[in-house]
This record gives sequence, C-alpha cells and structure tokens, in this order.
Amino acid sequence: MEVTRTPAAPIESPEAFRAKQLSAQQLLRGDLDGRALEEYVEERVMLTTLEKAQNWARRNACWPLGFGLACCAIEMITVIGSPRNDISRFGAEVVRASPRQADMIILSGRVSIKMAPIIRRIYDQMLEPKWVIAMGACSSSAGMFNNYAVVAGADKFLPVDVYIPGCPPRPEALMYGINKLQDKITQDPSLGWRERYQAEGTEESSA
Amino acid sequence: MPDAAGLELIAQRVRATVGDDVVVGTAYAHEQAMLEIAPARVREVLAYLRDEDEQPYEFLASLHGVDYLPEQPRLGVHYQLLSRKRVERLGVKTRVTVEEPVVPSVVDLFPTANHQEREVYDMFGVLFDGHPDPRRILMPEDYVGHPQRRDFPIGGEPVLFTHNEHKLPRWYD
Repeated sequence: MEVTRTPAAPIESPEAFRAKQLSAQQLLRGDLDGRALEEYVEERVMLTTLEKAQNWARRNACWPLGFGLACCAIEMITVIGSPRNDISRFGAEVVRASPRQADMIILSGRVSIKMAPIIRRIYDQMLEPKWVIAMGACSSSAGMFNNYAVVAGADKFLPVDVYIPGCPPRPEALMYGINKLQDKITQDPSLGWRERYQAEGTEESSA
Repeated sequence: MPDAAGLELIAQRVRATVGDDVVVGTAYAHEQAMLEIAPARVREVLAYLRDEDEQPYEFLASLHGVDYLPEQPRLGVHYQLLSRKRVERLGVKTRVTVEEPVVPSVVDLFPTANHQEREVYDMFGVLFDGHPDPRRILMPEDYVGHPQRRDFPIGGEPVLFTHNEHKLPRWYD
C-alpha cells in the first residue's frame, strides 16, 4: 500500500527567522521606533473581541463529566481513554468527577424514567456555561426501547445541544459530535432556547 | 431430576403431610417437573419441601411471576427449587386472580426471596403477605400500574412507519 503524506507547511528561511530574532532583540533594548516599530506590532499582535476570545477558550477546554449510562459509555470511554481516539486534541479529555467542575455532559445510553430526575439534577448542578450531548439513538429518541421504562429522548427534560445517531455511535462519530459542539460554542453560544426548559439559573447554591 | 413418577411421589407425600387439598395438579414437560399448589398454602409446602421431605430441596434458585392472560386465574408465581446435593430441580407454581392477588411471603424461609418478591410485586402486582419491605424495586415508587402484565399498554411513543403512516398525524404537512 502506498502511503501518501501531505507536505508540511513551508519552513521560514533561516535568514528571515534570524531577522525576526534581531528585531525582537532591538525591541527589548528599546531601539525600534517609527515604521519598524509599527511593523513589529502589526506582525505580532492580534485583535479580537472579548466574547470571541472567551468562546475560543471555552471551545478548547470543554471538560466532560465522568458519567455513563449504558453501552454507549463503553464507546465514550474509548474516545476519552485510548490513544487512537484521543479527544485531548480538542481539550475535552479532562474528565471531572463533580458536576461543579464540568462543562459538558455526554448522555451515553438509554435514560430510564427512574434515572431522568437524577440526570436533570446533575445538569442543574453544573455551572454555566454548560452543554449536553445526546449520544446514541436511545438518549436521542429512546431508540429501540420504546416502552414503559425509558424516556423517549433526553430532550424531554433537558436542553440537548448535539445529537449523535448510532447504536452505539462509532468513536469517530462522537468526536465529530464534539467538534460540532465546538463549532456551536464558537458561533452561537447564546443558547436562548434554554428558557424553554427553565434551565437557566438552576444551580443549587450552598447557602 | 425427578421424572414423571418421581413427581407423583412428591405430590403424594405433600398431600399426606401438608394436606389433601394443597396440590392442585402436577405437570411434567420438557424433562421438568412442576407441582401446582393452592396459593394460601405456599409457605407450608415450601417449608415441607425444604426441611421435612425425605428428598429435600434446600435452595430457592428463582422466584418469578407470570401473566397467563387470557387464561384464568391470570397471575402465577413460580418457585424454582434446587437440591444442590442431588443436583435436582423442582418447579412449584401457584395461580392467583387479579382481583385477589395475595400469596404468602417466603422471605423467612429463603432470604433470597426478598428482592424477587418485590420484583414480582412491581411487575405483576402480586401482593406478598408478610413481606418485610413490600415496596417497588425497579420502577419509580410513584409509578402507577404493573408494566409486565399483558393488558398493560406497551407505552413509549408511536413510531412512524410506512404501514401506519396514514393513521398518525403527518408532521410534515
């Protein structure tokens, strides 16, 4: 089998790199002024808004809650724990054992009617901003468990941001879902539709 | 395993010791012996089979409920007894009606029956008289109904297939 590799980005020439080093030295010594100083600043400083910077930070540190419901949890563990599907590439590998420290909850499996109030309580305990991924057919729509014991879709009782189809989804699908959530955080983090679920300001305080 | 003749001998001994009207019937099928008894005397029969019989069954392997709809009486409770010394199994079953689904509890004879009787109560609504903790075990405590009964609606939500498309509201119209 022939292995094809995409060529890496062209490396800066040694001379250009040396010139950059020298200009940095000059700046530190206070020797740069006028046009040279302006060029230096334009090259190295990036302007953005606070919201964009904040969303950029949030999308790249989306810590999941250590929480599994059923067989999908095995696939979720594969995504988090194995070097083959390493979600630390997306900053989401820091599994938190407390809902207070988690940003994201992955509903990995069927949600039984006995478990639903517990999940909602865990969700309410998470601090804003928080996101929910419904992983697999069961937590999205009850899947094949269309019966007396299982809630037909976790979106009956909490706002779900990303649905991932599959039974169970492949690890790649879950990673794609996490990427979609990242896009959502970057583009539209307002999530005004949470009001419908009365899911704002529900964190229990210790007082 | 007791064969058909062995089952009759067991039934005879139960009749002679516990009472003549206790045994409702015997059934031997698929190499399994099943003794059907009257619901009011379950505790006495199981106590006899556990302790006093010449071939005792000291272990309750399983206790479960059945709904025989449309047959009457509808509900059944099955006790699977096991002799671990002789490696023999004996099924004991009893039938109760939906109107009066009361069976004496055997928790004091077999501690394993505690959770299993709670499950049968939860799923079929059979009441176990004398159970130390008669609560639901699987469904939420405020749940209404007994979901494994055959006349219980299957629940969930209607799913749109091509065969029932014309009956369900068409969300895309």
